[in-house]
Amino acid sequence: MAMPESLYYFIQQLINGLTVGSTYALIAIGYTMVYGIIGMINFAHGEIYMIGSYIAFIVIAALAMFGIESVPLIIVAAFAISMMVTSAYGYSIERVAYRPLRGGNRLIPLISAIGMSIFLQNLVRIAQGSRDIAMPTMISGGVDIGPHEGFHATLSYMQMIIFVVTLITMFGLTLFISRSRMGRACRACAEDLKMTNLLGINTNGIIALTFVIGAALAAIAGVLLGMYYGVINPYIGFMAGLKAFTAAVLGGIGSIPGAVLGGLLLGVTEAITAGYFSSEYKDVVAFALLILILLFRPSGILGRPEVEKV
Amino acid sequence: MMRANLKPAIISAVVVAVLAGLLLGIRLDQQGTTLSLVGAGPDVYWKIGAAAAFLFFFNLFRDQLSALWKGLPGLPKAPQKLVEVSHKPALRRLFWCFMIAAAIIWPFLSNRGGTDLGTLVLIYVMLGLGLNIVVGLAGLLDLGYVGFYAVGAYGYALMAMYFDVGFWTGLLIAGLLAALFGFLLGFPVLRLRGDYLAIVTLGFGEIIRILLNNMTWLTNGPNGIGGIPKPTLFGLEFSRRASEGMQSFHEFVGISYSSEHRIIFLYLLALLLVLITLFVINRLLRMPIGRAWEALREDEIACRALGINPTAVKLSAFTIGATFAGFAGCFFAARQGFISPESFTFIESAIILAIVVLGGMGSQVGVILAAIIMTILPEMAREFDEYRMLLFGLMMVLMMIWRPQGLLPMSRPHLELRT
Repeated sequence: MAMPESLYYFIQQLINGLTVGSTYALIAIGYTMVYGIIGMINFAHGEIYMIGSYIAFIVIAALAMFGIESVPLIIVAAFAISMMVTSAYGYSIERVAYRPLRGGNRLIPLISAIGMSIFLQNLVRIAQGSRDIAMPTMISGGVDIGPHEGFHATLSYMQMIIFVVTLITMFGLTLFISRSRMGRACRACAEDLKMTNLLGINTNGIIALTFVIGAALAAIAGVLLGMYYGVINPYIGFMAGLKAFTAAVLGGIGSIPGAVLGGLLLGVTEAITAGYFSSEYKDVVAFALLILILLFRPSGILGRPEVEKV
Repeated sequence: MMRANLKPAIISAVVVAVLAGLLLGIRLDQQGTTLSLVGAGPDVYWKIGAAAAFLFFFNLFRDQLSALWKGLPGLPKAPQKLVEVSHKPALRRLFWCFMIAAAIIWPFLSNRGGTDLGTLVLIYVMLGLGLNIVVGLAGLLDLGYVGFYAVGAYGYALMAMYFDVGFWTGLLIAGLLAALFGFLLGFPVLRLRGDYLAIVTLGFGEIIRILLNNMTWLTNGPNGIGGIPKPTLFGLEFSRRASEGMQSFHEFVGISYSSEHRIIFLYLLALLLVLITLFVINRLLRMPIGRAWEALREDEIACRALGINPTAVKLSAFTIGATFAGFAGCFFAARQGFISPESFTFIESAIILAIVVLGGMGSQVGVILAAIIMTILPEMAREFDEYRMLLFGLMMVLMMIWRPQGLLPMSRPHLELRT
């Protein structure tokens, strides 16, 4: 049975979209968890992702200088160190820029977060230079879908790694949130912060924990996308953060499955726009999608409608 | 006392040293395709060490420091009588007259560079005042304000390019066009809660920039549009030789030509636009709609209970704010003579927002003061150019922590209950 070329082309766009979409989902979880608990948009989250990418590149370069060739070891080390460092960044940012502002006007933490985002972006720009830094591909090759001769779709090994890592992370996070003691405390905080505090749970600690988890997930996305594209610069965080936030809103902000769904949906929409229309307009389509979703379903796909109380 | 602070002090110092050391102390170095690491050099290590030491001592002595801070005499409080006098309308009018007179005299006293800088300040004042309506008065966080600025600038530039429109007609069209965009964007999104609005407007600003960059057939893409006609004074041009059918200013008045005339004219024109902006906003503030903006910022639910339509009121603030951005954009395009999408990035939005926040949300004197500070400081400290945005981000964070109400918060006549 010979399938038409256009179908393979579509499958290829779908694979590319799901790859990028799953990393959007990882970043979006950070937004959605923080928003779910303290109702604040952590604008600097995209920069955490960017820092994660940089740390991964530094680790990879360092291991290469020590002459370590084993690819799995390098990847594991990149993940581990990058997650640790960004977690510390996430915690410090919460401590310095957001905690003192909690409980006031909603705009004030948001403006502080924008300031933090500008600060981090420029910190990296000054330290590492503003030009692109490229890394040779470590994992090449892939599996062909369709006939070997002629047009076919390819699922590269790197894309497979992205899917597998994302799946494992999601699975682990779901287990943590639904089964563990701290996960239960997280859910309680999202339900009613004040009441949870009254019941003797260290809510400050839980809020810090959500920032740490969000930062670690952003670091995973940073390592994966850094290796996937092979190029980073200090400005990647801004767009990625914006896209991930769009994904979080798309799926219903505050809901973790929603963030995943939104991320995948956004990734596929972008890939299809780029594949059939023009890659320059994929960002425009992403934002237009955001505006449309907010217009017709402000609570997102899986979100609960919010009732504002006096 | 000290022992209790020792642990957080050590932790914060170590965290800063490790975090900064990893990201700043090591540089990625690209040679061809190979990636290697190099140390950042001793001066960076010294800076990191100094930052860690500072945090260590700051946290160690924080109780003593706060006691010291409280013990400081602080600014001498103005005597009650002086405060009362300064609220007198006649005195306020005198103050404003003095300020305006000083602003008018400025270009004749200073040199060419000073006048140019003054024009730049005035553009930011106009943008700040416009955004102040949206953010400061109506309490809607608009992160895509630069989008309307771009619409105004490109609106005029394209009109001038394709239809040969002059500055004054262009100004009107640019304002109306920006208002239309504000209305169209505001209509769907203003029903949303504040923080969604922030992101949607941010997305809008980016959409505008990407479209300007990619619609090459219309906007010439990243190369921008040049040769935008300069403003004229009742049909008089400010050039050495007037174009056909026109007269130039120096011929009409009968003085010899000087290129400074145009710069002074541009400055005075900007001043005029700012004064009109100030006048309109102050009138609006005293109208029911202006009251409704502030009421809405304070409590939306109470407003609804009082029968104010929140969407309509927000939409009016959004549209009027956009209109002023359109005017500013048109003036910017005419002054530069060349525009490209580069001038309308998110950072520009952030700078305008910082002006509003720094000045004190809602306060017009504050916005003017902040615009002057934000424009002149970077000009004065050229050697810190690299660190400009870094310090700028830091300032936004610190400002929110220590003085969220801004430098000169808005004050209204009000009564306080004394118990």
